Amino acid sequence: MLTSKNAKLHLAKYLKEGLRYDSRKLDEYRDIKIETGVSNTAEGSAKVTLGKTEVIAGIKLSLEKPYPDTPDSGNLMVEVSLPSLASPEYESGPPGIDAIEFSRVVDRGIREGKVVDTKKLCMEPGEKVWSISIDIVVINNDGNIIDASGIAAMAALLDTTMPKVEGNTVNYKEKTKDRLPIDSWVVPATVHKIGEHFLVDLTCEEEEASDGRLTLAAKEDGRIYALQKGGDIPLTKEDLATMLKLGLDSGKKSLARLKEVLK
Amino acid sequence: MMSFSKRTDGRSLTDLRPMEAKVGVIDKADGSAYFKIGNTAAYAAVYGPKQMLPRFMQDPRRGVLRCSYSMMPFSGMGERVRPGQNRRAKEISMVTEKALLPVVDIEKFPNSVVDVFIELPQTDAGSRCAGITAAALALADAGIPMKDMVSSVACGKIDDKLLVDLSYEEEAFDGEVCDIPFAFMHNSGKITLLQGDGVVDTDSLLKLFDMAKEAAGKVYEVQKNALLEKYKVEGDLDADQ
Repeated sequence: MLTSKNAKLHLAKYLKEGLRYDSRKLDEYRDIKIETGVSNTAEGSAKVTLGKTEVIAGIKLSLEKPYPDTPDSGNLMVEVSLPSLASPEYESGPPGIDAIEFSRVVDRGIREGKVVDTKKLCMEPGEKVWSISIDIVVINNDGNIIDASGIAAMAALLDTTMPKVEGNTVNYKEKTKDRLPIDSWVVPATVHKIGEHFLVDLTCEEEEASDGRLTLAAKEDGRIYALQKGGDIPLTKEDLATMLKLGLDSGKKSLARLKEVLK
Repeated sequence: MMSFSKRTDGRSLTDLRPMEAKVGVIDKADGSAYFKIGNTAAYAAVYGPKQMLPRFMQDPRRGVLRCSYSMMPFSGMGERVRPGQNRRAKEISMVTEKALLPVVDIEKFPNSVVDVFIELPQTDAGSRCAGITAAALALADAGIPMKDMVSSVACGKIDDKLLVDLSYEEEAFDGEVCDIPFAFMHNSGKITLLQGDGVVDTDSLLKLFDMAKEAAGKVYEVQKNALLEKYKVEGDLDADQ
């Protein structure tokens, strides 16, 4: 496609001068807006806005049987959905490969980073545990859905209050003051490579020109709990080192922003 | 069993829950809107008119309006709602289409489709009405030719009281309850949606029609203001636009 090729050349020319269309620096994130309690039917919820990108995360809790291999741990599930509402490119029906990849990358960060102490979610070993469903719905996509989804998921987990349990059933209408057992805070951060340039927090237009990307999920101390390379180009060791540094830096900024809002 | 005497949230029998509306909330849509009434909130987005695909679904005589109502997984009052269209969502999508079609002038768009997507981040009661109200706004925002505006609200009867815009708590009242969602065409005063759940007599139903019409007028005011908010032009307003 000639037009996209031209658009890419044009963007590359800008990037060479250290400029982006919205006048950000290459390593500059858009303002992260975080609003919690956006859905009162959810046990916890948050809306994250990055420029024109807007996602809503909601937590639902239920009592379920644990998985046979983890009889004393709660269950965790992440699902990102890209509804037809948000973009003409999103099709109705079962999740496409993008939504599946985004869900799994966000899931791995939360799971491997041990954000939730799932052992504390066990009510009766082998019989009854809390199951956490984290659903993230994209309302507006102007790029960087993975990071926005991961930040929203983290904020929604922190916003969650446990519903009341009566015998074997959950009374969703009565919320207790108990919180989820959150052990640590993890967010994903994605870095893209366009030509020789590395960028964070891309808009859709920039993502279209992307050659490759790397997402990492990290804690404040810089330890990494999940990785995902995307895009079609191979990366050198030097590429990787640059992307890790940029990713860790922007991850730290996202965590700092979360702390500001949620304390 | 106590008989119903007072509304749980202190409203009068003809009061609606607090409303807010905004158009142009989804950047990539041709038209979009957000509508909230009490604790029920709906986003709606319109895409089209565009060519209907696959081709065998095209109608060479007129355009097709296609609506999809969907609850976000965390938007139910109880357990997580599984994504995808269950029977309830399919039926609501269908009645939403029928509620909007009479005002949408798409005869002039043969072989085309106008897609309307409704997503609810939280629901209390009256979610189909909120969806229809948001969708009508989104159609207007998309510049789809419309003959009238559609405003939707439910009315009902609890024991011997007739009331407007029931909340979930009221729908669940332990007594004789009926809940009747209406959608009104503002100028013609005709209804494009009528469903009913629970027991009601003819006299009450006809009274509820009048109450719903008045209430829908209040919904209309909120819709009109949301459109003015975006499309208001200072000074002269070109009547041809």
